[in-house]
Amino acid sequence: MTQTVDQIFVLGKHWLLEYVPIAAKPIVSAVLSVIPIMVAFPLLFAITTWLERKGLGRMQNRLGPNRTGPMGLWQPIADGIKSLTKEDIVPLTADHVVHFLAPLLLVAAAFLAYAVLPVGRNMVLVNLDAGVLFFFAVGSVVELAVFMAGWSSRSKYSLLGAMRAIAQMISYEVPLVLATVAVIMQSGTLSTVEIVERQAGYTGLLPHWYVFTPWGILGFILFMIAATAESNRSPFDLPEGESEIIAGYYIEYSGFKFALFFLGEYLGMFATSGIAITLFLGGWSAPLSVLTFIPSWIWFFAKLLVLICIFIWIRGTLPRLRMDQLMSFAWEFILPMALINMFVAGVWHFMASGFVRWIACATLVIVPCVVLSALLKRKKKLQLRTYSFAE
Amino acid sequence: MLGEGIIKGLAETARNFFGSYLTKERLTTVQYPEERLPQNEAFRNFPFLVFDGADSEAGLRCVSCHICEKECPPKCIFIEKSKDKKPDAVGKPQFYPVVFDIDVSVCMSCQICVEVCPFDAIKMDVEYDYPTEDRFAALLFNKHQLAKSNDYYHQIHPTEASAVDAALAAERESAAAKAAATAAAAAKTAAAKVSAESRAVKASPDSAVESITEPPLSGGDGL
Amino acid sequence: MAAHIGSTQRPKSLMISFLIIAIMVAGGTAAAMVLRNPIHCILALTVSFAGIAALYLKLGAQFVGFTQIMVYVGAVAILAVFAIMMTQSRRIPVAGIFSRNASVGLFTASAVFAVLGWAILSQPGNGPAVQNTSVSVQQIGGSLMHEYVLPLEIVGLLLTAALIGAVVIAMDRKEDAE
Repeated sequence: MTQTVDQIFVLGKHWLLEYVPIAAKPIVSAVLSVIPIMVAFPLLFAITTWLERKGLGRMQNRLGPNRTGPMGLWQPIADGIKSLTKEDIVPLTADHVVHFLAPLLLVAAAFLAYAVLPVGRNMVLVNLDAGVLFFFAVGSVVELAVFMAGWSSRSKYSLLGAMRAIAQMISYEVPLVLATVAVIMQSGTLSTVEIVERQAGYTGLLPHWYVFTPWGILGFILFMIAATAESNRSPFDLPEGESEIIAGYYIEYSGFKFALFFLGEYLGMFATSGIAITLFLGGWSAPLSVLTFIPSWIWFFAKLLVLICIFIWIRGTLPRLRMDQLMSFAWEFILPMALINMFVAGVWHFMASGFVRWIACATLVIVPCVVLSALLKRKKKLQLRTYSFAE
Repeated sequence: MLGEGIIKGLAETARNFFGSYLTKERLTTVQYPEERLPQNEAFRNFPFLVFDGADSEAGLRCVSCHICEKECPPKCIFIEKSKDKKPDAVGKPQFYPVVFDIDVSVCMSCQICVEVCPFDAIKMDVEYDYPTEDRFAALLFNKHQLAKSNDYYHQIHPTEASAVDAALAAERESAAAKAAATAAAAAKTAAAKVSAESRAVKASPDSAVESITEPPLSGGDGL
Repeated sequence: MAAHIGSTQRPKSLMISFLIIAIMVAGGTAAAMVLRNPIHCILALTVSFAGIAALYLKLGAQFVGFTQIMVYVGAVAILAVFAIMMTQSRRIPVAGIFSRNASVGLFTASAVFAVLGWAILSQPGNGPAVQNTSVSVQQIGGSLMHEYVLPLEIVGLLLTAALIGAVVIAMDRKEDAE
């Protein structure tokens, strides 16, 4: 029975495919696999906008939206109708073709990233041999879309925002990939399905998730920080902070194109959370061996919701990082820690399993962390301000 | 410790989040228009005309002296004096305003009209909720919309209203005492005149005039 | 599904998809030669890069295909647009689609295409069909570490030198400003 519920979507798809003639089977199979993704993740986007507004409100001692429907549940629908019916203003001197294509490219790249995410047991759109690499390749297309958006508006604010956004994305892509390399080293494969299957075993009660190892914890934290920066989310949202540069690279977009940018950003957030879950949190496997009766896709979405709540929590807590702080944080703390994390993963791989391994790796993780952060703090010694006035 | 500030911040927001469901201090939202914040007594917003008693026409304190109209900085008051007089609270015949319009879209609640009114006829109201779709006519309040009873004034500004009532009562008492004093003085001079006349009459042998021209002196506290 | 050069047994779907990708690549490059706005040229070239990545994927080389996207579309294109914007931002034309030297560009592109096409087609390509072995990432990694370790290290050294050079150039300017 639990098996059936676990595989209910796969079985449903096979049942539907029986009514399709053989010639059309590959195309219909592909379409049937894509449609749930195109339905589920925008729905999750709507739920997340609601969750974010209510959650941020409660964290800030206020109610979120509560007039549109019970507890404000129809607020995403109201937002959608608003963005659809707003006038689509394009600046006169803007580059119309590129201006039109930028949000499309962003959303397309964001949707492509879900192709390698194993949402449940046997529930991945395409089992690529180099799945993780595909994910990062698609992520780098996002930067191009950001540049197109910022440049085509022919506005200084948007260009400045785009430059900052691209600099930030490129800087944080390196630690993102390096944190992943540690996982790839340990699991020996680039395929997301196999990485999840390596983590699906249990010793006694506890699972084999990579996050329960010293390098896994550090890697997960680094990955989450880099993912926050990749999707331009607070505290790394200087390129699009409303009080800083009004909307950064999508300042000249209105109406549905703006909603598409919003959608693309949130989809990117979900995709990176999904990959974090796949790489570190065991994908669709249950946290305790007694809980495996709950279907795998429920576990995946539960973990995704937890990560989204953590994103919202961090957004409500931390102030925005300034651009130079952001860059120095990336290059002087996160990148060395990611390299050290790779080293520690290697040490873990080659030492015999046991208590000593834990102690050694934990030390190797904690000591550089403390040292690097002390170095970073010391650099920021405040100096006496000198003013030079025009004579 | 590394990351201590972040963890403390996260703990604070988590406490805010869960506390907002449990305690009132964490969730400080007042859901207008179902709930409203209480205001203190000195809050003022747009004037109104005070009337004593139950009849807004008869008990209106305003005597159409036009002082508030002259002193109003944005000139939002328009008054038309009546041709006849009607008795006021002490019975003295006074003019009354036939038309008393205040344009509240112009009024800035500066309270100057209240400060200069010698009759305590115009006071500040506390109503701020006047949403309307008619920008001009609906925001021009006439006499009937402006006239509110003294009991209402007691409700919105208790200490002020009691002070005004006490002042008015004291005034009326002193006015009545003065009137009684003048009446007593007038009666005294009248009596003195009468006694002088009666003494003059007494010199002539006419007892009928005597009996008539010696009315008993009554107290001066008539009306 | 192997694509044999010179063989007449090609599945129709393969032909159609190859045609589409070929039009994308060739059209993107041709557009890059004739457009007026340099940023538009680079974006057209990016389309061409994406087409080449699709060709790699069709040949079963997943690693190279995704690396092509990651490196060319995600880094080289951005590098090129940054370069143009930093140096030529005042001279970027706003109006007009085709550049003045469009015909020259088109002629150059066709000339190069002709030379390459002649070089490829004059190969004795009607030999035995090449079996399309899909190379796994493990094999690539293994060969990089065993047979090609020297080129790998040299490339790494080169990239480090470039990075250090960039940092030094940026740092010098900051000291000058002070």
